[in-house]
Amino acid sequence: MNLKNAKVTLHDMSLRDGMHAKMHQISLDEMVSVATGLDEAGMPLIEVTHGDGLGGTSLNYGFPAHSDEEYLRAVIPVMKNAKVSALLLPGIGTVDHLRMAHDCGVTTIRVATHCTEADVSQQHITLAAEMGMDTVGFLMMAHMISAEEILQQALLMESYGANCLYCTDSAGYMLPDEVTEKIGLLRAGVKPETEIGFHGHHNLGMGIANSLAAVEAGASRIDGSVAGLGAGAGNTPLEVLVAVLDRMDAETGIDLFKIMDVAEDLVVPMMDQPIRLDRDALTLGYAGVYSSFLLFAQRAEKKYGVSARDLLVELGRRRTVGGQEDMIEDLALTMSKDRAALELA
Amino acid sequence: MGNKLRAAIIGPGNIGTDLLMKAMRSDWIEPVWMVGIEESEGIKRARDFGMKTSVSGVDGLLPHVQEDDIRIAFDATSAYVHAENSRKLNALGIIMIDLTPAAIGPFCIPPVNLKSHAKAVEMNVNMVTCGGQATIPMVAAVSRVQAVDYGEIIATVASKSVGPGTRMNIDEFTRTTAAGVERVGGAKEGKAIIVINPAEPPLIMRDTVHCLTESEPDQEAITHSIHQMVAEVQKYVPGYKLVNGPVFDGKRVSVFLEVEGLGDYLPKYAGNLDIMTAAALRTAEMFAEEAANGKITLPLIA
Repeated sequence: MNLKNAKVTLHDMSLRDGMHAKMHQISLDEMVSVATGLDEAGMPLIEVTHGDGLGGTSLNYGFPAHSDEEYLRAVIPVMKNAKVSALLLPGIGTVDHLRMAHDCGVTTIRVATHCTEADVSQQHITLAAEMGMDTVGFLMMAHMISAEEILQQALLMESYGANCLYCTDSAGYMLPDEVTEKIGLLRAGVKPETEIGFHGHHNLGMGIANSLAAVEAGASRIDGSVAGLGAGAGNTPLEVLVAVLDRMDAETGIDLFKIMDVAEDLVVPMMDQPIRLDRDALTLGYAGVYSSFLLFAQRAEKKYGVSARDLLVELGRRRTVGGQEDMIEDLALTMSKDRAALELA
Repeated sequence: MGNKLRAAIIGPGNIGTDLLMKAMRSDWIEPVWMVGIEESEGIKRARDFGMKTSVSGVDGLLPHVQEDDIRIAFDATSAYVHAENSRKLNALGIIMIDLTPAAIGPFCIPPVNLKSHAKAVEMNVNMVTCGGQATIPMVAAVSRVQAVDYGEIIATVASKSVGPGTRMNIDEFTRTTAAGVERVGGAKEGKAIIVINPAEPPLIMRDTVHCLTESEPDQEAITHSIHQMVAEVQKYVPGYKLVNGPVFDGKRVSVFLEVEGLGDYLPKYAGNLDIMTAAALRTAEMFAEEAANGKITLPLIA
């Protein structure tokens, strides 16, 4: 694989996707210290907010330690070079949240929909583009449909005004060949000036390999997270990706040793549990399930005595999508009732 | 027969057609007119069902209101045209049941506040949203037992059951539903989330309702209230089902629901659309019943 001189914009997820792994409890001090470390290491883009994006605060996904606005107002003013992005899932967040984020100084907005539902993003993408923001269309659970179908959905987002389109492997299910095909078709099918991005999860250990495949196929923005802090087995660990890209002579503009130190000295000590490919995280990747379901399934296992793996496999079989966290407790209740009925019989 | 209120349906799309099929079975409502803006499949269907039809919007209906004794109209068009439709028909004394997100009139969730709207002879009532119809009764079932600080609903619907109007303005769903959770559900603060799932075969509408009560929840009273409310909704939506719960976890009370439609014109999985048409019809029927029993006097048709 030849990525020599490829220009790659890395985008850190530890303070947004990482909120899932921290049950949305990252403190303001931790946010500021990690973001500052990343800024000094040369990270160009840093995402901040609730794990489920703007307006994600809820019983369903978890109440955060602080509001989106508090996080954004704490981090943005101290950034020297890094820009701060925010995620918005229509159906959860609204244009009111988008305006608030813009007012806080967010310059990149990423409007995320399930990969088949791009048309719910029209009002948000249109407004963000009108406000002059770097506007990203973010197609989640992209493993569930074909490359051709993803292109059709991406073209809708492009037509609303998105200047960058993401193929998002929310379940960490994709293998490199699939990434190559999907990113390649996107690159060939959208306007030449529109950027392509890839967001991976490490549930099958493919974060780095998939990211390299994406760059080779034409992606110029790659998401990852320092120390991998993210949902499931985490996102593509950025310090590792930086080292690999460095060895391949690709250009990230990031200081490897500095980002290694942020990972080791700041982020790892913050973790509530090691971010690793445990049995349940592996099940996410194997069964194609939304990564943030992990801790909810593990909690349901403790409360209702149904195995998290069984829950996740069934959620995959039912083709659940991002945002359906409420289904986990519901399913655990049903499975434990069914089991009780079996034991009686 | 003589007690039936004669009605017009505006908007011959999927919702309007489903509503028509339900209304034709009603003991209290007699659908007479279907109003569209052009010749369409929906207009043709309505004609086949024996309806009089307008293809020039509400203006085509206005000259016939008096001779046909139209007393009530359902608007299944869009928020943009509803205001104008409502103004024209209200001026003639016709009560409007609004299935659009326009929300000019007060929100109506039949088992919670329909009686009071009928008593007040509100000239325009709004049916909130599909997610609101499915979940607000549950919030109200908790809040009538004890104070609810926070109510949150998550509606998951089949991709095929979400039309272009909802998709283009999905924020309206979250805002209007959250407002309904507060104003009709009785929660101090409301939140609404909608998730669209494209699975095949399409999934039946499912809803989760979480409430945070102000003090420790009275489990027995809340459970009883929820079961009673489910039975109330089942009177007009037989496929309304409590799947799990109420679950009590500290001050959190959670209910997991499934809403299967009747499958009149819309497929059974589209319980989200069915509950709107059923609730709208139930609303009109209540006005008719109250009028027939002499409890209210409907406006004279001008």
